[in-house]
Amino acid sequence: MTELHRLSHLDQLESEAIYILREVAAQFERPALLFSGGKDSICLVHLALKAFRPGKFPFPLVHIDTGHNFDEALKFRDDLAERTGEKLIVRYVQDSIDQGKAVEEKGKFPSRNAIQAVTLLDTIAEFKFDACIGGARRDEEKARAKERIFSVRDEFGSWDPKLQRPELWNIYNGKIHVGENVRVFPISNWTELDVWEYIRKEKIELPSLYFSHQREIVWREDLVFPVSKFISLDNSDKVETRTVRFRTVGDMTCTAAVESEAISIDDIIREIQISRTTERGSRLDDKRSEAAMEDRKKGGYF
Amino acid sequence: MDILRFITAGSVDDGKSTLIGRLLYDSKSIFQDQLEAIEKAGQVNGQINLALLTDGLKAEREQGITIDVAYKYFSTPKRKFIIADAPGHVQYTRNMVTGASNSDLAIILIDARKGVIEQTYRHSYIVSLLRIPYVVVCVNKMDLVDFSEEVFLNIQKQYLEFAKDLDLKSIHFLPISALNGDNVVDLSTSMPWWKGKSLLGFLEEIEIHTEEESPAPRFPVQNVIRPQTTEYHDYRGYAGQIRSGHFTVGDSITVLPSGLKSKIKAIDTYAGSIQTAYAPMSVAIRLEDELDVSRGDMLVVTGQEPTTSQDLEAHICWMDQKPMTPGSKYLLRQTTNAVKASIRSLEYRVETSTHEKKEQTSLALNEIGKVTIRTAKPVAYDPYSKIRGTGSFILVDEGTNQTVGAGMLL
Repeated sequence: MTELHRLSHLDQLESEAIYILREVAAQFERPALLFSGGKDSICLVHLALKAFRPGKFPFPLVHIDTGHNFDEALKFRDDLAERTGEKLIVRYVQDSIDQGKAVEEKGKFPSRNAIQAVTLLDTIAEFKFDACIGGARRDEEKARAKERIFSVRDEFGSWDPKLQRPELWNIYNGKIHVGENVRVFPISNWTELDVWEYIRKEKIELPSLYFSHQREIVWREDLVFPVSKFISLDNSDKVETRTVRFRTVGDMTCTAAVESEAISIDDIIREIQISRTTERGSRLDDKRSEAAMEDRKKGGYF
Repeated sequence: MDILRFITAGSVDDGKSTLIGRLLYDSKSIFQDQLEAIEKAGQVNGQINLALLTDGLKAEREQGITIDVAYKYFSTPKRKFIIADAPGHVQYTRNMVTGASNSDLAIILIDARKGVIEQTYRHSYIVSLLRIPYVVVCVNKMDLVDFSEEVFLNIQKQYLEFAKDLDLKSIHFLPISALNGDNVVDLSTSMPWWKGKSLLGFLEEIEIHTEEESPAPRFPVQNVIRPQTTEYHDYRGYAGQIRSGHFTVGDSITVLPSGLKSKIKAIDTYAGSIQTAYAPMSVAIRLEDELDVSRGDMLVVTGQEPTTSQDLEAHICWMDQKPMTPGSKYLLRQTTNAVKASIRSLEYRVETSTHEKKEQTSLALNEIGKVTIRTAKPVAYDPYSKIRGTGSFILVDEGTNQTVGAGMLL
């Protein structure tokens, strides 16, 4: 037989991600899937359904709740856990702050993005997780572009970009010493557009934040920020109501909205296709320095 | 739309990063905020430094060289492209092997002023060893040789001469200037003698055939799905990704290495059961008989079995500071299988820049040689030249857990 059959790019990416998830299940004792309620981790849950149904997931969903999340994302998270019947573990950055392990940033726009790593590392230690699956993509940021699919972190959660294991073919080496853990990124090879096209193809549900809605905002460094109880406003801030949506969903303190009329997935895909800025362009925490992401990752962040 | 995965190889100053930057820039795959970031970082020869787009680590920006493989993505209406941007230095051979292992095509850059140099030999050898089926030789910096057709043709001749000894299936040549963008995305007006396509035009249209479409069906088992719920009381699905060929319900199956036989009862996906599944689909296969099948076993169609043996011959690229010496023991991972293995002998080392075979007692970091290996249990495999997915393996040092070797079975 010489019959040719070519999978589409989305089918290839999906198959690769399922393969990676199943490798995690096989190679680790206590994996976890880090779930934030954003579109990328929602796709991961969908891919896990494809990898393990009719069985249960061989890992819990874990959310590191910064306390600055959008209500819509939290509700979506809880609904999804209930709908799938999978176990959800939530740990709170606020607890790390209360215990004196993490120190809240000062200033007008305090971000909990960096101290999230403290709670994450404590959670990894608490449950002895040896692998944490995450929805990071290499197209997001230049330091991410360097990251392996199986990324070994030392006992401090640190990433050493100069000491990465070679990763050959699709043979993943998940062997680690006690105390180390591996961050696994099944959708490394996806781009933002791939994610959206996949969401459309698979009819995956998303929090309403991703679609156009009216919201109170303020301007910060040319970016549109949602007004919330987590930011302090002063006289220089002008609160306006705009029609916006979120292209990426993180904390309310560091995730900027984009002005948009997109109310459907088709609208969003059209918008991204002509967009001249990256998704991370709306993340204030990445703009802090040239190597902001690299430095955070060395400190245990995803 | 399909995916083309390619690697760029070239010596340090041949302009690899600039070429990738140019591909992304001229195909409008760079975003405004990325551009602003690199514009801030300064200019080179009055132009923005496109190389900064790919060097993602601080140390790389400081030293102006690529240390590790970076993956870059862009797409046109015709194709999605995944670029493995690998370093050119000889001390990063292992990183080039890493990038090459998943590529369908290699771009080899040659500086038009220098012609074929030692690094060209080395990179072409690795491309040949890793069996990347398609090679595009880009003769870069044509602007610095007055866009001379004669220079281009001489380099082409020189390359073809030495490539005779290599196993490269298809070689194409292109004259370009990455810095100025000649023949990268748009055809150059400075080289009217060039009647071929631009690099992007070529990458968009080349027909890629991978061995995943080769006829021998191979299905390494990753996990066994056994829900043991009331609804799925007797369900036992073998989960995995088809490495090559295809499987259809009713096919006679042999399980390797045990040799047990059965037939395919069903092929399951989350969306429902299907009749036939192709490489590289991830599915779950159910068999008609209750057999002892677990992770590391391989399902194949009866009559099309691969070799099963405890004695293996392979080319190996050494990736660890600690040299490989005969007698050493490692964990060998091939498909989903992990088995203890010891190096029996080192037949020879290959001088990658001349392809000479040299006698040697050990393999050092970044060296490539031919070895014989004995495994603790039989391994089912195909020669790497036939099926990359079942003919490749890695060696893991069980003390450090590091990936220390990359192997291609003969």
